[in-house]
Amino acid sequence: MENAERKELELFAAKMRRWIVEGVYCAKSGHPGGSLSCTDIICYLYNKEMKVDPQNPKDPDRDRFVLSKGHCAPALYSALGLKGFFDINEMKNLRKIDSFLQGHPCIEHTPGIDMSTGSLGQGISAATGMALAAKLDGKDYRVFSVLGDGEMQEGQVWEALMSAAHNKLDNICAFVDHNGLQIDGNVDDVMSLGDIKAKVTAFGWNAVEIDGHDFDQIEGALKAFNENRGSGKPFFVIANTHKGRGVSFMTDNASWHGSAPKEEQYNIAVGELDAKIKELEG
Amino acid sequence: MGKMATREGYGKALQEFGKDERIVVFDADLSGSTNTAKFKALYPERFFDMGIAEGNMVATAAGMATCGKIAFVSTFAMFASERACEQVRNSVCYPNLNVKVCATHAGLTVGEDGASHQCLEDLAIMRSIPNMHVLCPADAASTRYAIKAAIETDGPFYVRLGRLAIEDIYGEYGCELPFELGKANMLKDGSDLTIIACGYMVKEALEAYEALKAEGINARVLDMHTIKPIDREAVIRASKETGVIVTCEEHTINGGLGSAVAEVVAEEAPCFVKRFGVNDRFGTSGTPDAILKAYNLTSEDLVKTCKEALDLRK
Repeated sequence: MENAERKELELFAAKMRRWIVEGVYCAKSGHPGGSLSCTDIICYLYNKEMKVDPQNPKDPDRDRFVLSKGHCAPALYSALGLKGFFDINEMKNLRKIDSFLQGHPCIEHTPGIDMSTGSLGQGISAATGMALAAKLDGKDYRVFSVLGDGEMQEGQVWEALMSAAHNKLDNICAFVDHNGLQIDGNVDDVMSLGDIKAKVTAFGWNAVEIDGHDFDQIEGALKAFNENRGSGKPFFVIANTHKGRGVSFMTDNASWHGSAPKEEQYNIAVGELDAKIKELEG
Repeated sequence: MGKMATREGYGKALQEFGKDERIVVFDADLSGSTNTAKFKALYPERFFDMGIAEGNMVATAAGMATCGKIAFVSTFAMFASERACEQVRNSVCYPNLNVKVCATHAGLTVGEDGASHQCLEDLAIMRSIPNMHVLCPADAASTRYAIKAAIETDGPFYVRLGRLAIEDIYGEYGCELPFELGKANMLKDGSDLTIIACGYMVKEALEAYEALKAEGINARVLDMHTIKPIDREAVIRASKETGVIVTCEEHTINGGLGSAVAEVVAEEAPCFVKRFGVNDRFGTSGTPDAILKAYNLTSEDLVKTCKEALDLRK
């Protein structure tokens, strides 16, 4: 990747993070930690990979995105807002009464949302259904999904992985935002997932492991996914990430899973992110 | 009159209407029992056996529905409405998607398999979820219309179907009959009381009607094939014109048809309502006839309940 291209992505991601913090702060609730960890993946998908049109969000031939870890809606909303699916300033109304930015993604309320999610384990099944529909209709669109690592404790995730492999859905690419933390602490302490790559491979998927904050590696994983099409195997990306990435005091701290910053913390977070944006714009 | 199970009517309806290419059908390893195998035989490319994984099946169907499909999902009522309940709520009803949950083997007449497979709570659960339509047809011929309505009406449907071959109420599968979503069918008119029944119990209600008539009691019999949205007008008229209502369902008396009717009556036209059904207990193994006898759910029991209801008014 060219330096300029990378810098552009970094700037977009920094702006996403700025809006995630803004939204969660204004709402006085939400999930900043996991939103900040999957930001770079969503940033890359919406800027470089997915065929979507903010002017025609229901285009039947568009690529689909399902945020299976629906609680990280602020990350998805900030990407959609910055891409022009709606006014990004709506982030200030996140989670408020009458806002179309619900606490978790809702297909009926929000332009650009392809599936209502929030109850963990269900989004990946719906993504599988979309991929199956593409195969049935002989359409070329692809389906992308982001799961949480804690979410992979849900049995339904493995049902979905099994059925995607069974149906040879090589048009689906699932990321796990592997930040290693869930509400009650370390994933390994709460309910260890063991060797994710070995498990998903055993379930019939091809898999790669990357640094989920490195745009070159995200690009490489998606290149591998596109080359994998025709193999008859779905594609899984284990993206190693840091919860709370981009805000110093939230980084790798499980307590920021589902709580909003107070004013003083907000000021620190915004100071850091504004400095980053200024640096990248300069 | 012939005999056919409502699940068989469902399979035939899928065959009949299945040429519509928007229709896809999912099953969870029960396609022979649910009768979706009939669709599979004609349209194998649009049939998906999802294995014994009902939650994934329902949410996968929801994903398909976002892509313009009319997704039918079938398994036993037990698993459709209770195991996959949350997927039905969050992945189908909340996003208001075109998923039609057609659940077979509902109620006690499953028979020998016993309580673990006799779903008695599905109407209560499904009708409590926003956006959901809930249907419970009385025979194969009306099942055909229920499936047609589900195809023609956008949004989530739950259609409750039975295992047991039952006598045709309206005629053979394919016969013409009046069927409007949300409108009860008056099968018999009468002025002394109204029996409001659904599904298998419509047959028992018609038998009770004859027995009551022999004793000089004129019952009105309504086939309330749509539990949600319920036909409020028909319920109000029953209350005002006959003064006593007995509801009749192969389901727990808590939360199902009886409750739905009682809610309308209490709010709009108070009268006595007796709920005839399974009295807050699990099912049991046995032949369907033996179970219905043991649970006091025969037409003779219904006649008794109707008389008790009439006594309340005295």
